[in-house]
Amino acid sequence: MHNAIIRLLAAILLAMPLASLSYAADDESGTPHYPKNKPRHVSWSFAGPFGTFDPQQLQRGLQVYREACAACHSLGYVAFRTLGSESGPHLSADAVRALASEYIIEDPDAPDGERPGRASDVFPDAPPYPDSNPPDLSVITKARAVERGFPTFIFDIFTQYQETGPDYVYSLLTGYQDPPDGVEVPDGNYYNPYFVSGTTLAMPTPLFEEAIAYAQNADDNPDNDVPETVDQYAKDVTAFLMWTAEPHMTDRKSLGLAVMIFLIVLAGLVYYTKKKVWAEVH
Amino acid sequence: MQHDYFPRYEPKTAVGRWFDSRLPLTRLMYDSFVAYPVPRNLNYFYTFGGILSVMLVVQIVTGVVLAMHYVPHEDFAFDSIEHIMRDVNYGWLLRYIHSNGASMFFLAAYIHIFRGLYFGSYKEPREILWILGVVIFLLMIATAFFGYVLPWGQMSFWAATVITNLFSAIPLVGENIVTWLLGGFAVGQPTLNRFYSLHYLLPFMIAGVVALHVWALHVTGQTNPTGIEVKSKQDVVPFTPHATIKDAFAMTVFLILFAWFVFYLPNYLGHADNYQKADPLVTPAHIVPEWYLLPFYAVLRAVPSKLLGVVLMFGSIAVLFILPWLDTSRVRSANYRPLYRQFFWIFVAVCIGLGYLGAKPAEGGYVIAARILTTYYFAHFFLILPLLGLFENPRPRPASIADSVLKPADEVSGAPAAAGGVAAPETRG
Repeated sequence: MHNAIIRLLAAILLAMPLASLSYAADDESGTPHYPKNKPRHVSWSFAGPFGTFDPQQLQRGLQVYREACAACHSLGYVAFRTLGSESGPHLSADAVRALASEYIIEDPDAPDGERPGRASDVFPDAPPYPDSNPPDLSVITKARAVERGFPTFIFDIFTQYQETGPDYVYSLLTGYQDPPDGVEVPDGNYYNPYFVSGTTLAMPTPLFEEAIAYAQNADDNPDNDVPETVDQYAKDVTAFLMWTAEPHMTDRKSLGLAVMIFLIVLAGLVYYTKKKVWAEVH
Repeated sequence: MQHDYFPRYEPKTAVGRWFDSRLPLTRLMYDSFVAYPVPRNLNYFYTFGGILSVMLVVQIVTGVVLAMHYVPHEDFAFDSIEHIMRDVNYGWLLRYIHSNGASMFFLAAYIHIFRGLYFGSYKEPREILWILGVVIFLLMIATAFFGYVLPWGQMSFWAATVITNLFSAIPLVGENIVTWLLGGFAVGQPTLNRFYSLHYLLPFMIAGVVALHVWALHVTGQTNPTGIEVKSKQDVVPFTPHATIKDAFAMTVFLILFAWFVFYLPNYLGHADNYQKADPLVTPAHIVPEWYLLPFYAVLRAVPSKLLGVVLMFGSIAVLFILPWLDTSRVRSANYRPLYRQFFWIFVAVCIGLGYLGAKPAEGGYVIAARILTTYYFAHFFLILPLLGLFENPRPRPASIADSVLKPADEVSGAPAAAGGVAAPETRG
């Protein structure tokens, strides 16, 4: 009797919020949810517990950043010296110095207030942009980790899926398209259903087929040639930006493996010690 | 607890005796953590107190080192976090341990609190012990909130704005109080500086209240899944080695979960917007707190009146202070309270439901659902608990802890063994 009443109560209690939730889902008047299209999945080399960065891909991504993004977007937390990182782009020390010296750094101690860049400098700020404020890209792949929704976010704990940010950046870069009928695109804006806070944004399509000639395609070795397509540019620059956002990711995952093995072995030892200690009690 | 079940501290050396007669610190430690008797039937839900102590130490140690590199200035705070993540040796590890540690701390605290609710740990004579626990919980919430503001990302800034603005709901003096709390008319440098100061202070206050909490625990002794007090030496085992090794095992398993997040999902529990520097001119689309505060956020937004929302939100925690006097049942453990056990699980589901709604925008059906669940939340304390004690027929309880463990379940006063996941460990004995 009591049990029946309680179960009925529980059922009602559960049903009412669920009913109002479905009402919320149908409710068109509410806040629209962006991005309109969920990011598309890419098979990244850095995904998963053993994921690592591909130095060649990061070098290509660096080239895409410099040729297609750097005119508007800064990379203010990234020091040139870190480009030599073995688990990152792995540029040689000479290449790092040469690259840094291509930049002009403001320095009040220098004779003219400016000097060529050194390895210890960070990427200088991009020139100011009229009417809008292109974000710094140093941690953009972490800042744009769009929500995955229920119940996907629960599965992500077990699959260790952490690439929603990179997937988003890739999808945005390759997601420009003609607006569907009836969608008004304001002047100076562009339609992209993958954008995080609307369906149009002020950034025009940044990548074009064959617009960037990859340095690694210019060498004599045809085995390392990669296609010069928008898709490839987008993947490469996104991988590079994942590295700028999380430069110690490889260290983190490899230390994680050692910690996990240690803890699991320790747990086993402690468990059997515990069993022995408690044997006389049970 | 007055106990002479196990031999007390005996200094064995001349130095030990000299020290013991002047400052009996070793005696205190020995009697508290070696000879101290614990009920023999504790299950793994009773290991979370120890886990929480370790988490507090982890947070303080990583926090002190992070504070050596952090700059509490509105222009440099965000940059100093990136400096820690990139340039400080193992700075990324310290920061990810600290930020995920906060989540793990709350996870352990919630399991600890719900364990107390299930086994009636708040009942006479443990009311003070319970109230001290609620004080710790409040201090934890404040500490976590102050800490979340420090990286000075978008969500930091806007969380600080939203939460401090709650105080403007106070009639007459609300606006003045907000200005006083912020040190200005909006969240800014004075706010960041004082939040940093308080974030450093409160963990040590937590440590102080934890000491009182443990003291109160050692006066009354622990509860146990039967809810029956310790009656003889047969009911107990010495803290060391029995509880120590069991806590160590639970701790190690908990650390595996912790490491899973730190090393493989370090940003999973955080909010992406906080990797954008604070910008007073741009409001994020959804301002939400960290997961562990979502149920209270749902209660806050469930009612249209700001003042009532604030009162209900604080009330949803304050009600825990008077819980020992709201529950009229004299039976402690839910294992012997067939009705309460079902209401307990409904209550758990309601809290999780509120957490889900706290993450959703406050509109349409979500608000209706939040109102239903908020009403139930308070009804659980003010209606169900007082009435259950009057109308519920508890099951017969075993005569003693030892009885419940040593006799086969069907012999224990003729009561059927309690079923269900939580009840299983102690029936195994």
